[in-house]
Amino acid sequence: MNVSYRWLQKLAPTIVGPALAVAERLTGIAVAVDEVIWLGSGLQDIVIGQVEEIASHPNADRLVVCQVNVGGKSTAQVVTGAPKVTQGAFYPFVGVGGTLPGGLSIKRAKLRGEYSEGMLCSERELNLGRDQEGIMQLYGDFVPGTAFIEALGLDDHRLVLDITPNRSDLLGHFGVARELAPGGGADLVRPDFPGHATVEVELLPSELEAETGGVRISIEDTEGCSRFTGVVIRGVTVKPSPEWLARDLRAAGLQPLNNVVDATNHVLYELNQPIHAYDLATLRGPEIIVRRAKAGEKLQTLDGKERKLNPDMLVIADAGGAIGLAGVMGGLATEVAGGTSDVLIEAAYFDPGRNRTGARALGMDTEASYRFQRGIDPQATHEAMARVVNLILAVAGGTVEGAGVDLNPRPTERLVVSVRHSRVTHVLGVELEPESIPSYLEPIGFETRQAKNGTFDVAVPGWRPDVEREIDLIEEIARRHGYDKFPDKLGLFRPTTIPEEEYADVFERLRDFFVGAGFLESRGSPLGPAEEGEVQVLNPLSEVESHLRSSLLTSLLHSVERNFAQAQRDVRLFELGTAFKAGAGPVPDERLHVAAAWTGAREPAHWSSEGGGGGDYDVWDLKWLVESVAAIAARGTELRPVDGDGDEPWLEDAFAVMSGDGQPLGLAGRVPNDRVEAPRWAAKVWGLEVEIVSRRAAQVTYRDLPVYPPSDRDLALIVPTRVLAAEVAGVIRKAAPDFLDDVSIFDVYEGESIPAGTRSIAWRLRFRAADRTLTDAEIDAAVKSIASALKRDLNVGIRGA
Amino acid sequence: MADFLTNLREVEEEGAEVIGSAATLDDLENARIEYLGRKARLTQLLRQLPELPVEERPSAGAEANTVKRRFQDLLESRSAEIRAQSRAREAPEFDPTLPARARWRGARHPCTLVINEICEIFREIGFVRARGPEVETPDYNFIKLNTPLDHPATDEHDTFYLPGGLLLRTHTSPVQARVMEKTEPPIRIVVPGMCYRRDPFDASHAPAFEQIEGLAVDEGITFVDFKATINYFVHRFFGADASTRFRPSFFPFTEPSAEIDVSCLLCGGDGCSACKGTGWLEIMGAGMVDPAVFENVGYDPERYTGFAFGMGPARIAMLRYRVPDIRLFYEGDVRFLEQFAPA
Repeated sequence: MNVSYRWLQKLAPTIVGPALAVAERLTGIAVAVDEVIWLGSGLQDIVIGQVEEIASHPNADRLVVCQVNVGGKSTAQVVTGAPKVTQGAFYPFVGVGGTLPGGLSIKRAKLRGEYSEGMLCSERELNLGRDQEGIMQLYGDFVPGTAFIEALGLDDHRLVLDITPNRSDLLGHFGVARELAPGGGADLVRPDFPGHATVEVELLPSELEAETGGVRISIEDTEGCSRFTGVVIRGVTVKPSPEWLARDLRAAGLQPLNNVVDATNHVLYELNQPIHAYDLATLRGPEIIVRRAKAGEKLQTLDGKERKLNPDMLVIADAGGAIGLAGVMGGLATEVAGGTSDVLIEAAYFDPGRNRTGARALGMDTEASYRFQRGIDPQATHEAMARVVNLILAVAGGTVEGAGVDLNPRPTERLVVSVRHSRVTHVLGVELEPESIPSYLEPIGFETRQAKNGTFDVAVPGWRPDVEREIDLIEEIARRHGYDKFPDKLGLFRPTTIPEEEYADVFERLRDFFVGAGFLESRGSPLGPAEEGEVQVLNPLSEVESHLRSSLLTSLLHSVERNFAQAQRDVRLFELGTAFKAGAGPVPDERLHVAAAWTGAREPAHWSSEGGGGGDYDVWDLKWLVESVAAIAARGTELRPVDGDGDEPWLEDAFAVMSGDGQPLGLAGRVPNDRVEAPRWAAKVWGLEVEIVSRRAAQVTYRDLPVYPPSDRDLALIVPTRVLAAEVAGVIRKAAPDFLDDVSIFDVYEGESIPAGTRSIAWRLRFRAADRTLTDAEIDAAVKSIASALKRDLNVGIRGA
Repeated sequence: MADFLTNLREVEEEGAEVIGSAATLDDLENARIEYLGRKARLTQLLRQLPELPVEERPSAGAEANTVKRRFQDLLESRSAEIRAQSRAREAPEFDPTLPARARWRGARHPCTLVINEICEIFREIGFVRARGPEVETPDYNFIKLNTPLDHPATDEHDTFYLPGGLLLRTHTSPVQARVMEKTEPPIRIVVPGMCYRRDPFDASHAPAFEQIEGLAVDEGITFVDFKATINYFVHRFFGADASTRFRPSFFPFTEPSAEIDVSCLLCGGDGCSACKGTGWLEIMGAGMVDPAVFENVGYDPERYTGFAFGMGPARIAMLRYRVPDIRLFYEGDVRFLEQFAPA
């Protein structure tokens, strides 16, 4: 909503001071002012010019040579191609050396042999409107040479308001002025329009139907329309609006069209009552009716579009069918235009919900529908009608035919809401004087009456449909008091009984782990293409964002690709987030996942060693990462190599994370080449993804530190290749006495000096008892029984033995 | 006298040359003995002083002493030079200025940093973390939060819909209702989480984005508590110098509602392009919990009051780290992410 500061001051002369300060005040008590624009900006060099002579250009058919009076006795010769330039008319003029708002500076030019010493400007060139078609003719009495800013009253500021859905009353200058005026509503005036003394407009109240000016008006759908006022004015002259009216509209960012339409828009922006004018001559028959549209009914609206209607929509219709979409947009056929002489003026109240349904179905959003949907004042249509009739009479002439009609089948009264002083204190935390409550509410139109026990009965004005409850009034009191005036004192509070969210700790431990391992946390978009998700979005923004992702790793791989495209060979990313799976019912399963993708060198390059220190990541890094992640995210799970039997994993060299009851909770492995677009110089890409099922981090329990020294024995075992290291370790542990402390592998060798079909695995066995120093004899006996068990169970022998 | 001075200048010139060109510490020691030792010419010249006329003795003496001091200074500085040169020649054995052997440095995402810091600050004043689903029902996302589905307020929440009448939550606020339905006050929670709105990606919008919700409910919580809590957070997060502005706003589930601006981090309130010249940056929407919400979750609105707030960590991270485009947060570019490694 754009507000002209000058317009505000016309309605409330008590509003004074710099526009910026007024904007600040409005932001503090009602709605935010996003921007304050000085309308004269860039127009300092423009003056009023009067065209005195027009001669045809000797060398060009489409150009004319004008002599323009630019003040006093000086004239400037201007060559222009404007088709409608009129002798004696006034135009904005900029002379040689002057500058237009866009920064273009004017030079003396020769056009087809004739000098041009300036230019007559269009609205577009002056940043005043969208109308590019021609130069801007000014209507009214002007003195040539006067500064344009002064002559047109452009020494004004536009306030751009960010209206919240509850404050529909601020969609008109009158409402904004009421908020800002020091005395509130008491300071407001409705000034006479220039050159016109306000006349009374008679409206005859009625219920469902009545006649005015030869037109019978009836409401059939009283749910959609609870009030309809109509007046017929005959003999209007449709022409451009006088400058003051055009200026008000331009200041509010509206485009002047013609005097009748401009008058309706002026009242819209003054009183927030949408007004519509119909060209009476175009009506098919002497009757209009407010009704539901019929199925299949059609209407060509003012924007030229053909609309297909349905019975959810409310229309104004004549004998031939719909002539307007009630409260949304009028029809093209009944538009007020150049030849119009008699008009029917409508000021009505249309139901917000019905308006919304209809406008939405047609994809329409207009100034009128915006206001009806937020709720206008149902008790003020007659006042707006009086105002617009006077304005039309002032700018377009004509006479009102008889009394107008005011159909009001469901009259509304002011809602009365009680507010308790004790409750105000209870919610706001400061004790305001009970007597002060009226002082906050009365200026903005609420009527208060003190009932007993510090309770006030408050009558809510019709323009505040958002105020229905006590708490709504408390908000009014708080904001009129000023939020910034409340003290800032942190009080005591009781601790909540809610426990900390159960996964927060595990999330942080995973982040700690990955950050320590040199990984960067990524956050990808949860929306992806169909092949990456099971849960569909019904109204996606695009094909590639049509599903909720079921894997975080997939989107991490896209990030790896983007990094490859930036010539990054070393990439280590991890992510924590939600994976969405199709659920048993309609509700999708939301699972918390941790995923990582990495590629390139294990360490940054260093000058002391060739090729970047430790080489590229390999499968043993993968194994450590997935073991570590599973230990945090899914405690008690087991890592199992996936050999490709049964379910083929999409990763190669893959490990599965299995829960105790055999459910897969994660997968890790090498990303195959067809799953990631990698340049030739890229290293292998690795990935893992594990579901987070552990709640809270593992509890640490202390173990006694060993008191007695350990004894190590190294065993080089010749292991048939089909036997896995884990099997060997299992037999060792089983065969060993309980003083076997630890088993580790320190070398694996395959080659010439050992038999084909075997490999040599060197083990270190560490023996230690908690209660004594072990003797060599004890250890020798243990090793001996381990060796014989290995031979017996796995055919594993000791090398060289 | 003239002879004395001529000799002195000769000695000075010669000595300076010899000392300055000494190549080793031994050469330098020899030069010291030659020009400042007991048998040095300068010493001998000094011994001639008594032979000069009485009135000339003081100035001649001063001249000689100046030369002596100059020799001493030269010896000292040349000695330092020789030492430095000899150190430099030993360098091939160990050059400590070569780069260190580094490890990869990991980093939390900037949004995580902001979310964690916000949650930590609120933890100081008794708020704990909570979580809720990202797929929601219209009931929790709108209706329980006092937002009828046909209310114009829903226009600002352009919603993604899923089959089965479900939707992607447009804010973290549904968690308010979910927690209150399960728990009796006192409630003090902060809820970080992803939200979804049908805004195409541009420099300041993402269709999926983080939000942090906060909720405090108990007997006797007032607008003053609300203001003080928000100000506590702002001062802890943005610094003690930051000032706030509370201004009226509208949210269906709070009343009175407020939007909170913080003085611009970049210009300190003078007005700049970041704050569009206003000196203020909008950081959160908030307000006292609407009694209708309490009724919807089965609380007695006469007994309980509370406040709620919501803010966007990505937007706050943009302000804090001067990130010009929100898309940078969601592209996984390592050149961006590694900038947030702990220093």
